[in-house]
Amino acid sequence: MEEYSIYFERYGYFSLFLIVALLVPSGMLIASSALKFLGLRKSNPTKIKLDTYEAGIKTFSSRWSGFNFRYYTFAMMFLIFDVEVIFLFPWAASLVRLNNEFSEAVLIEMFVFIGVLILGWFLAWKQKAIEWE
Amino acid sequence: MSFNQLYIFVGDLLPFLPDQIVFIFSGLSMAITICTFILGIGAIYTWFERRVLAKFQSRVGPNRWGPFGLLQPIADAIKLILKEDIIPRAADKSVFIVAPIIFLATTLLVYSFIPIGDDSQLGGLNVALLFVLGITSINALTVFMAGWASKNKYAILGSIRAVAMLISYEVPMAVSLMGVVMLSESLSLVDIVNSQSSMPFILIQPLGALTFLIAAIAEMSRAPFDMVEAESELIGGYQTEYAGMKFAVFQLSEFLTPIFTAAFFTVLFLGGDSGFSFIPGIIWFASKTFLVTSILLWFRATWPRLRIDQIMGFAWKVLMPAAILNTLLVGLEIVFLNENYLFQILINSIVVCIFIYLIANILGQKKLILRNPVPSELANMDAN
Repeated sequence: MEEYSIYFERYGYFSLFLIVALLVPSGMLIASSALKFLGLRKSNPTKIKLDTYEAGIKTFSSRWSGFNFRYYTFAMMFLIFDVEVIFLFPWAASLVRLNNEFSEAVLIEMFVFIGVLILGWFLAWKQKAIEWE
Repeated sequence: MSFNQLYIFVGDLLPFLPDQIVFIFSGLSMAITICTFILGIGAIYTWFERRVLAKFQSRVGPNRWGPFGLLQPIADAIKLILKEDIIPRAADKSVFIVAPIIFLATTLLVYSFIPIGDDSQLGGLNVALLFVLGITSINALTVFMAGWASKNKYAILGSIRAVAMLISYEVPMAVSLMGVVMLSESLSLVDIVNSQSSMPFILIQPLGALTFLIAAIAEMSRAPFDMVEAESELIGGYQTEYAGMKFAVFQLSEFLTPIFTAAFFTVLFLGGDSGFSFIPGIIWFASKTFLVTSILLWFRATWPRLRIDQIMGFAWKVLMPAAILNTLLVGLEIVFLNENYLFQILINSIVVCIFIYLIANILGQKKLILRNPVPSELANMDAN
C-alpha cells in the first residue's frame, strides 16, 4: 500500500508539471496576442503577406509536392529496431539478478536474439535499404 | 529544496488544509519555480552561446545592451513579442498554433526528471529513463506537425528530413543506454547516479558514452546535424512560415535542449552530483553540465554541416554497430568479470580505439588523390 501511494504521488506531481509546462508557452502566445488587442503590437495582414512563402516569387505549388520513397524504408527500419529496444530494456535492467539465478543462459539467449537482428541488419544493408542513393 | 521537503513544510505550516490541496499547491509552486529557473538559465545561455560562437568566428557578438551585452536576451524577447505574427492563409490554423506549444512543453517537461540529490520525485520513478526517451521522441512528431500545418513545400521537406533523422538516431541512442541500465540494474535516474559513486560510467563504457553523445547531438538537430533547418537549401525548414512569438517559442526550446542534453549526459555517464565531498553536489552537477554544454557548443562551432546521406549512413552503419557492440561487451563483462572495474576499463578503451580505427579506415573518406592539372586549351589563347 505504501508503494502505491508513492506512485500516485509521483504521477500526480508529473501531471501538475505537465500542466505548468503547457501553460508556459501558451501564456507566451496569449501575451503576444493580448498586446495585439491592446494596440501595442502591429497587425496589418494583407493579401500578399498571407500567401505561402515561395522564395521571392508568386506561390505556384502546394505542400503535396511528393517526397522520396526512401523515407518509408527508414521508417520500417526504425519500427523493427525500436521494438528490439523495448525487448532489451527489461532484460538489461534485470541481467545481474537473472544471472545469479540462471547463470550464463540469460546472456546467451539474448545474444541469439540480438544476433538474429544483426543478420536482418546485414540483409537491409546488402539490399541498400539504409543507403541514401 | 525538493518537492518532498516543500510538501512537508507546507503541510506543517497550514495543518488545517486537506492533504490534496497541500499536494496540488506545493506541486504547482515547485513546477513553476523549476520552469522559471530553466527559462532564466535558457535566457543566459542564448547570450553565452552567441558570444562564444562569435569568438569562434572572430566576431564581437552581442555587446550593446548592458555589460558585455548581458541584457541582450531581454531585448530579444521584447523585439520578438512586438513583432507581427502572421499565420498564412493556407495553413491549418489549429495545428499551426499547437505545434510550438507542445514543442516547448516537452522540452520543459524533461527537466523535471533530472535528479539533484537523493529525494528527486520524478528522477526516482522506476521507469524514469524510458519516460525521458519517450518524451524526447515527441519532438519528431511536433516538427512534423509544424511542417505539415504550414502547407509550404519547404516546410514539409524540412520536416520529413527531420523526422527521418530523428527516428534514425533514436535507435542507437536507446541501445547505447543499455550498458548504463545493465551496470546500475535500474531505470531510475537516482539509482543510476548512486551506482556511479565509485566510478563514473564514461570510464567503464567509453563507446556507449561516445555513441550516446553523438546521437544526442543529432536528436537536438544542431550543427553538424542541422539538416532540419539547412537555411541554404530549405529556407528555414519547418520554421519557414513561423513569425513573431511562435518563432520565439521554437527558438527558445532549441536553446533549452542543449542544456538538457548536457544534464542528462552528466546524470548517465559523469556521475551526476557525486564527487569529492568537500564541494556540495549541486556545484559538481552545475560544473559538469557546464563542461558538457561547452563541448556541445565547441562541436557546433567547428564542424560543417553534413549531407543527408552522410547523416543517415552514420546512424545506421556506424552508431548502430557501436551501440550493439557496447551492449554485448558490457553484458559479457558483467557475467564473467563481476565488478572488476579496472580490467573492464582497460578492455573497453582498447576496443573503442580499435573500433574507431576500423570505422575510419573502412567507411571514412578515401585519401585525397592529387592529379596533375591538365592545362586548358583556352589558357594560352592570347600568347599566339
